[in-house]
Amino acid sequence: MKKQILNNSEYIIKKAKVVRTKKLTDLEKFFEISMPNNESLDHDPGQFVEVSLFGVGEAPISIASSPTMRNSFDLCVRRVGKVTSEMHKLEQGDEIGIRGPFGKGFPIRILEGNDLFFIAGGLGIVPLRSLINYVIDNRRDFGNVNILLGCKTPDSMLFGDEVEIWQKRLDVNFNCTVDKADPDWAGNVGLITSLIPGVNLDPDRTFAIVVGPPIMYKFVIKELIAKKIPERQIYLSLERHMKCGLGRCGHCQIEDIYCCQDGPVFCYDQIKKIRGAI
Amino acid sequence: MQIYKILKKSNLDSLVSILSKKQKFMAPVSKGLNKFAFESVTSSKDIALKYIPTILAPKKYFMPQYETLIEYDTKEGQNMKAVVEYENMVLFAVHTCDLAGIQCLNIVFSDRPKDLNYLVRKNKITIIGLECNEVCDEYSTCAFMDNDLPNGGYDLFFTDLGEYFIVHVNTQMGDAIINDTKLFEDATVSHINELEKLREKKRKLFINQFGIDRQKIPELFDKSKESQIWDDIGNRCLSCGNCTNVCPTCYCFDVMDVQNLDLKTGKRIRVWDSCQNETFAKVSGGESFREARSDRKRHRFYRKFKYPVNRYSRFFCTGCGRCTRTCMAKISLLETLELLIKENKVK
Ligand SMILES: Cc1cc2nc3c(=O)[nH]c(=O)nc-3n(C[C@H](O)[C@H](O)[C@H](O)COP(=O)(O)OP(=O)(O)OC[C@H]3O[C@@H](n4cnc5c(N)ncnc54)[C@H](O)[C@@H]3O)c2cc1C
Ligand code: SF4
Ligand code: SF4
Ligand code: FES
Repeated sequence: MKKQILNNSEYIIKKAKVVRTKKLTDLEKFFEISMPNNESLDHDPGQFVEVSLFGVGEAPISIASSPTMRNSFDLCVRRVGKVTSEMHKLEQGDEIGIRGPFGKGFPIRILEGNDLFFIAGGLGIVPLRSLINYVIDNRRDFGNVNILLGCKTPDSMLFGDEVEIWQKRLDVNFNCTVDKADPDWAGNVGLITSLIPGVNLDPDRTFAIVVGPPIMYKFVIKELIAKKIPERQIYLSLERHMKCGLGRCGHCQIEDIYCCQDGPVFCYDQIKKIRGAI
Repeated sequence: MQIYKILKKSNLDSLVSILSKKQKFMAPVSKGLNKFAFESVTSSKDIALKYIPTILAPKKYFMPQYETLIEYDTKEGQNMKAVVEYENMVLFAVHTCDLAGIQCLNIVFSDRPKDLNYLVRKNKITIIGLECNEVCDEYSTCAFMDNDLPNGGYDLFFTDLGEYFIVHVNTQMGDAIINDTKLFEDATVSHINELEKLREKKRKLFINQFGIDRQKIPELFDKSKESQIWDDIGNRCLSCGNCTNVCPTCYCFDVMDVQNLDLKTGKRIRVWDSCQNETFAKVSGGESFREARSDRKRHRFYRKFKYPVNRYSRFFCTGCGRCTRTCMAKISLLETLELLIKENKVK
């Protein structure tokens, strides 16, 4: 067997560095990462990277920060298996492999000038945070902003400090709910769908951006349509098993779309007829 | 102008012997019980010139079941180099269905972003095709898929005409073999007439079993998404993944790390995977997006007859019949297509 070095293989990783970490909950850990020579990742909100740790493997992880933050980017990782557990052991100064960014993010050019309605369930806040912070950093380029956040319990809420800031801003309407309250919780209790009817919006100029666990989409979309938001103004981000990010390994395929390249962000209008998408 | 040469059968052994000294020479070899496999040979007596599709398709040389993408070293951080492993080889006696299979893989791996591991390896392989004079068996649907006659994709193409092979020279790489080995003669008009006669005879042997035109297939699949037939074959399928392993055009894969004993160095490899495995489309939240076997069987058929037509204007079934021959549950591609045609009354 002969061997040749490839200088431009799609599988080459860039050696990034962990700048800062923070434990968010028992399951989730936050990472700030910088690329070699502080080069910018240059991503769109909603895109993802493949995180690599040699000897363990790779995992697709959403970029949690806005591209307006240029010298580094954020990830937030839930510990569920091999790669994610090994990532949780990383601390400041450790090296980590990055490929990407991959996929199509949120359609910023289309959203500009319009009212935005963000709906995040559970870990969905992670990719959505990249867009919310982008919108906040460029606040006057967008219309009204509504944010609905849902999580299982108060202590599973991610980015609590930031959520508090969003809550206080006069140019953002924020509301959240938990499935199950604890004694200190004074807010809403119930599914996120219960909050949608009460949101005050102009359906004609509102774009809804929904990210959450697969089970959430069906119900949320039903409520959005009841609010008369046109189907082509609903965007969502789909999670699929991904191995390559290159449109080839087949794991992320839904009918003839490849979630890793054609998505993960899709317009509802384009995928509603695709079997197995929602 | 088409260039044809003649190789006397008595010279085949010299050809194998000369070529196998310079590089690996792979050819179909009998494994008994009417089973065949591509293996390295050095003499023509080991080659099965009459064979039905090998257990594994020549895909195994273009996209090996295990292949190294990266060699890493984590002694001081995440160090790595990307590599391609390859072997210079001649692939001899590739049937027309398998030539079509290689063409499918070429398209997939040269699509952007390009896969250099595949593209580098592919050009180290010389391909010599071999015409099928008869239909392999009742599982072959090559005539329906238009792969019973050569459609390119080879350097040289051999047709067995009894005492000699008539050889179509398709590329410079093929011509180099003609010139270097000095075993070939020019073909005359009467040789070419013999070839024409064989092809005329083949027209009667290689028939489309389905009674519809192949171009109707995408339409057929448009109508068949919710067919009961997927449940029927899903109920029988064992999810063993044999059909995807033997298929010349299935290319789904997994990427994984193989650590050396020092726990510091190792390889990141690409391994064949199968959409027929239940965990193939499962995510961390627990959702599995093609949980039912019927969904996975549907997916496989659509990946042969519909999705690649949308994307590449090409069917990804070559008609080789391997999936049917190998299936323990006796799920037949031919029967499934026939049932779909009947159900939808496509003409
Ligand atoms: C576009 C995208 C964005 C994502 N963003 C985030 C994020 O921001 N934060 C986060 O914590 N998680 C995110 N995930 C999920 C994350 O990729 C998986 O949790 C991770 O790959 C599991 O790897 P593991 O080695 O730890 O688990 P494993 O030990 O490999 O397996 C644990 C479970 O995860 C599933 N799984 C394995 N590999 C994948 C994979 N490549 N894709 C999806 N599921 C997989 C397995 O089927 C199994 O059920 C995202 C997934 C996608 C597709
Ligand atoms: S070979 Fe047969 S049983 Fe095995 S996965 Fe394929 S269809 Fe199912
Ligand atoms: S689907 Fe079956 S008949 Fe078609 S190319 Fe694959 S193995 Fe051959
Ligand atoms: S992740 Fe491999 S095809 Fe999408």
